[in-house]
Amino acid sequence: MSRVFPVEKYEKDFLLKLLRDMVLIRRVEEKAGQMYGLQKIGGFCHLYIGQEAVATGSIAAIDLTKDYVLTTYRDHGHALVCGMDPGVLMAELFGKVTGCAKGKGGSMHLFDREKHMYGGHGIVGSHIPLATGVALKIKYKEEDGVVLCYFGDGAIHQGAFHESLNMAKIWDLPIVYICENNQYGMGTNYQKVSSVHDFYIMSNSYGIPGKQVDGMNVLEVYEETKKAVKQAREQGLPSFLEIKTYRYRGHSMSDPAKYRTREELEEYRQQDPILLLKNAMVEKNIITEEEYKRIDDEYKKVANQAVEFAEKSEEPGLEALYEDVLA
Amino acid sequence: MPIITYREALRSAMDEEMARDENVILLGEEVGQYDGAYKVSQGLLDKYGPKRVIDTPITEEGFTGVGIGAAMAGLRPIVEWMTFNFSIMALDQVINNAAKMRYMSGGQFKVPIVFRGPNGPAEYLAAQHSQALQSLFVHIPGLKVVAPATPYDAKGLLKSAIRDDNPVVFLEGELMYSWKGEVPEEEYLIPIGKADIKREGSDVTIVTYSKPLRIAEQAAQELEKQGIQAEIVDLRSLRPIDEETIYNSVKKTNRCVIVDESWPMVSVASHVGWMVSKFCFDYLDAPVELVTSEDVPMPYNHKLELAAQPSVEKVIKAVKKVLYI
Repeated sequence: MSRVFPVEKYEKDFLLKLLRDMVLIRRVEEKAGQMYGLQKIGGFCHLYIGQEAVATGSIAAIDLTKDYVLTTYRDHGHALVCGMDPGVLMAELFGKVTGCAKGKGGSMHLFDREKHMYGGHGIVGSHIPLATGVALKIKYKEEDGVVLCYFGDGAIHQGAFHESLNMAKIWDLPIVYICENNQYGMGTNYQKVSSVHDFYIMSNSYGIPGKQVDGMNVLEVYEETKKAVKQAREQGLPSFLEIKTYRYRGHSMSDPAKYRTREELEEYRQQDPILLLKNAMVEKNIITEEEYKRIDDEYKKVANQAVEFAEKSEEPGLEALYEDVLA
Repeated sequence: MPIITYREALRSAMDEEMARDENVILLGEEVGQYDGAYKVSQGLLDKYGPKRVIDTPITEEGFTGVGIGAAMAGLRPIVEWMTFNFSIMALDQVINNAAKMRYMSGGQFKVPIVFRGPNGPAEYLAAQHSQALQSLFVHIPGLKVVAPATPYDAKGLLKSAIRDDNPVVFLEGELMYSWKGEVPEEEYLIPIGKADIKREGSDVTIVTYSKPLRIAEQAAQELEKQGIQAEIVDLRSLRPIDEETIYNSVKKTNRCVIVDESWPMVSVASHVGWMVSKFCFDYLDAPVELVTSEDVPMPYNHKLELAAQPSVEKVIKAVKKVLYI
């Protein structure tokens, strides 16, 4: 795949923000993986390492004062880019009361209502109608917002996806459906279980334009999302992006990923979304290797501080058990 | 006081609440142009327009989820399921999303939504279109469940359900839509979670809700002729359930029969039976009796389908059993 990184077209601050967001995700996720190994985090923990450019590039194209994000259980990256404090995120993974859901949601259920990060959903495809409903509210209230709805390649065969696209089209809802095709629905390669191998054509059945995007290229993700968001905001029309990406780790922490080869993983590591952007910026003298190293060190520290915060935080009291069942 | 049908009472509740709060919308199959599969929403499209009365495709999971998402974002949707038989297609949305959103977000979200439609057996509809599914919903923390049996209760409870900040499952009945009753013109609300004594008596407590209320009332009239005074507790709300009213009645009559048109296993009837057996143990003069539907799918044949459901005869028999006569 030939890639273009026209970094010279962008402000340095914007490029740095993209780079920083991706490094933030990478370092926090690596730390979460370590903490899982130390049994500080339990249950299911789905890491976003390798997919950083998708959340980073797409959320850079929206305005979270009026736009919304809903995603799956692989939600750490989206939450961080939406502005969730890494300490609050880590505390939630640790099940601490200082977590975003007071320790009652965990890794799969990160929510930040104020920042319009509407979860964090655990059932494959089940949140796609919810996101469509948020878009219905925007249209009903005649607001200016747009919804970004993320899901994986595993979700695309769920009825909820197809039902949602149909409704979004008949009601002209301002939503961008984003399939993060990391190529494996848990341990099953997407080509084995899909009648079509290019998902982006699927939305055509509902009269919704679809486009395939290189998910290792954060600038391409940004540009294509920006176009889709513009169409949603200005014309109130839904669209669909299939963003091809790759996760370096298993489906969840308990998955050794034996269904793929070392060579395949290595091939994608050579296309690392962070290094691709960094190298393009270094090549055009926008940053130096030393500056990048400083950024990386900064976020290693942020990840360590997040763990410290989570460690020091209290567990919820038993009285929390019966809180927030009902409003 | 004006006498109106159960259907008109529901319509009037939705109409008043839609007029009161522009965040209230109605969506579902055939709710608009067709005026509702059972004509509950008749006239609402004309009055409030297609923006607020939304005809959906036949996609129960999809439009139920759309309603829940809209509720998370600030609207107060009423989702009409053409019947609860089709709600099974939407169970994931109700159980995994509506009921849990508040808890798993640490209290960040409320989900003010009503899921309503006809539940329970009708006539000649066979196994897939004639079933009482309340147990599925009553089981789930994070939901409220109500099942009014009269036009008065239907209107007051639906208005409360629409104003509630939680997901409320609202059970109606195809055969109940034409039932008539007194409903005042002035506004009123009935709080969710309060049972109602529909008939006072001293010899036996009959606990019931929804459509079997009529069976219980007919049985009570028959029993009265035989000198037996039955008290009828209409639960109205199934979750939360009004334990106090049930216990107070049983402590007075010392005998309890529960009439429930759902299946017997893990049901409202079995739960209330356990509660009464445990918390009124010292007051009971006989074991609690349950009258439920038979433990079979609904047959099409009319004689068989009637035999599958609670009846006046079955209730009288159960009452006589707890009275040892």
